[in-house]
Amino acid sequence: MADEPKSFSQQLLGFWVTFSTMFKKVNTVQYPEEREGTAERFHGRHQLNRYDDGLEKCIGCELCAWACPADAIYVEGADNTEEERFSPGERYGQVYQINYLRCIFCGLCIEACPTRALTMTNEFELADNSRAKLIFEKEDLLAPLRQGMIAPPHPMYPDLTHIDYYKGEITGSHPTQQVVHEGEAK
Amino acid sequence: MNTAALIGKDPGWLILVKGLLIFVFCVVCTLMAVWGERRIVARMQMRLGPNRVGKFGLLQALADGVKLALKEDLIPAAADKIVFIVAPVISATTCFMAFAVIPFTGKVTLFGHKTAMQLTDLPVSVLYILAIASVGVYGIVLAGWSSGSTYPLLGGLRSSAQVISYEVAMGLSLVAVFIYSGSMSTSEIVAAQHQWWYAVVLFPSFVIYVISMVGETNRAPFDLAEAEGELVGGFHTEYSSLKFALFFLAEYVNIVAVSSLATTLFLGGYHALPGLTFTESWLGGWFTLIWFVAKVVAFFFLFVWLRGTLPRLRYDQFMKFGWKVLIPTSLVWILVLATLRVMAERSVSRPIVIGFSIGVVLFVVLVTTLYDRSVEVAKRRAVLPEFPAPNFPVPALPGQVLEGASMAITQEVTQDVTQEVKQEESEIHNG
Repeated sequence: MADEPKSFSQQLLGFWVTFSTMFKKVNTVQYPEEREGTAERFHGRHQLNRYDDGLEKCIGCELCAWACPADAIYVEGADNTEEERFSPGERYGQVYQINYLRCIFCGLCIEACPTRALTMTNEFELADNSRAKLIFEKEDLLAPLRQGMIAPPHPMYPDLTHIDYYKGEITGSHPTQQVVHEGEAK
Repeated sequence: MNTAALIGKDPGWLILVKGLLIFVFCVVCTLMAVWGERRIVARMQMRLGPNRVGKFGLLQALADGVKLALKEDLIPAAADKIVFIVAPVISATTCFMAFAVIPFTGKVTLFGHKTAMQLTDLPVSVLYILAIASVGVYGIVLAGWSSGSTYPLLGGLRSSAQVISYEVAMGLSLVAVFIYSGSMSTSEIVAAQHQWWYAVVLFPSFVIYVISMVGETNRAPFDLAEAEGELVGGFHTEYSSLKFALFFLAEYVNIVAVSSLATTLFLGGYHALPGLTFTESWLGGWFTLIWFVAKVVAFFFLFVWLRGTLPRLRYDQFMKFGWKVLIPTSLVWILVLATLRVMAERSVSRPIVIGFSIGVVLFVVLVTTLYDRSVEVAKRRAVLPEFPAPNFPVPALPGQVLEGASMAITQEVTQDVTQEVKQEESEIHNG
C-alpha cells in the first residue's frame, strides 16, 4: 500500500530537513523597505481613463455598477451640453464612486465597460483610517492629465464625431479646444 | 563540604536575593524563549521571524506582553468567577517553584558569602519538583472546568490526562537516576555525575525522560490539548488579557523548568563538558552558570526542533504510546537496573553480571522478533469484514459485493429519476 509507514530511520530524516532549512536563504521580503512589485496584471485600484485630448472616456452607462457583484460602484450619469462637455457623445459620468470597503477586486466592472474607461492599476496600498476615506470619488479615480491633454469641460476635436473618438482616431488636443472658463480668467 | 551544608548557612537577605535572581532568570528566559522559538521555527520554514521590535526583534515578547496587558479582560457569563481567576494564578506560581531546588552553579562567592546558586536543597528535592508539577495540573483542570464552556472543558481534560500519564513515565525514568546516584537531592545527583553523565550511563531513562518532558509540557508534537482544529485553544480558550499571559508565561517557564531538570539529572548540571573541566573554576566558579544555561538552551532548541519537524499526534495514539510503550519500557529497564545494582552491591562475580546482561539483551531481541512476526501473521490472516447487503442504494463498502437485488433497486431508482427529469424538460419545452 502507498501509505505504508516509513521505517524509523527514514522518519528521522525529517529532522535533517528542518535543520538544513535553517541555513537556506529566506523567502521573506522586508516589505515597506523592500518592494518586489506586483504581477503585471495585478488587480489594484481602479482608474477612469481619458482620451488623448483630455476628454473622459466614461459615458455614465452604469454597466460597471450593474456588473459589480459586491455592489461597490455608484454611478450617476448626466447629459453633455455644447457649453459643458466632459466626454464625447451624449452622456458622461457626473458622479462616480467606488467603495473600497466593498470592492473584491474581481475585475468584472473592467470587463463590462464598453468604452474601456475603467481599468485597474497595480496600486494596492489602499489602507486608511476611516470608512469615509475609502469611498473613492471621481476625482480620486480619474487618470492624471498627461502632456497635451486639456482639462474638461471643453468641446470635441474639430470635425470629429464621438464615433471617431471610439475608433481611437483622436491622438491629441487641438488649440481650438482650449476654453477659458468663467472665473478661471488669467 | 557539600552544597546542602554550604547553602544551609546563607543569611536571610541572601536567600531573598537568590529568590529574586531566580525569578528574574525565569522571566528573562521566557522572554528570550518566546523570541528564540519564533526565530528558529521561522528559519526552519525559510522565514525570518520577528525582527522589528528592538535589535533583531529581541523585545518582541516584551511588546506582546504589553499588548496582552492592555487588552480587555473578559470573564464569560457562564464562568465560575473565583476559580476562573485562581486557575491561571496556580499555573503561573507553581511553574516557578521547581527552580528553588535547581543547582545553577557550583561553589561561588555572592556579595562576599561563599555559597552556591541554589535557593534550597532538600533530601527529596526531585520528589518536590514532581509534586509541584502535579499541583500545576490543577491550574489546567480548573481553568478548563471553570470556563463554563465545552471546548475549554475538553481541552482541560485532555491536558490534565496527558500531564498525569506522562508524569508516570517521567517519574519512572527518574527512579533509575535515584537508584544509580543513591540520592534524591538535586545537588548530590549533580555531584554524582562529575565523571559520567547519566545521559550516557542511563541512556534509556534519558530518552524516556526527554519524550515525557515534551508530553508533560503540552508541547508539539504532543500539543493535542491545543489542537486548534478540534478544540480551539484548549483550556485557555476563554482567557484573555493578563490571565492568558499568565498561562503563556507558565508554559514557557515550564519548558525551562523541565529542561533545567533534564540538565541537572542527566547532563551533569552545571558541570563542564568532559575534557573542559578546567573551565569550572573560571570567573570564581560563575562559569559553571554558563555551562548550565548552555545545556538548558540546547534542550530548548530540541523543543523548537521537534515543533518545527513533527506533526501533531492523534489523542488515542498519544495515550497508547504513553501507557503501552513508555511506561512498560521504563518498568523493565528499572527492573534490569535494580538487579544490576543489587549484584554490584553484593559484589557478585563479573561473569554472572555479564551473563545476566547478555541474557536480558537476548530476551529483548527474542520478544521483539516474536512480536514483529505475530504482527505480520495477523496482517496476512486479516480478512476484510463482510457487511450485509443493504436494502437501499448505497456505494459498496470495502470488500462488499452488491447483490443483484440491490443493484436492481439502484438501476430502477436512477431510471425513475431520469424519466422524471425528461418529463419535466418536455413540460418546460411545451409550456
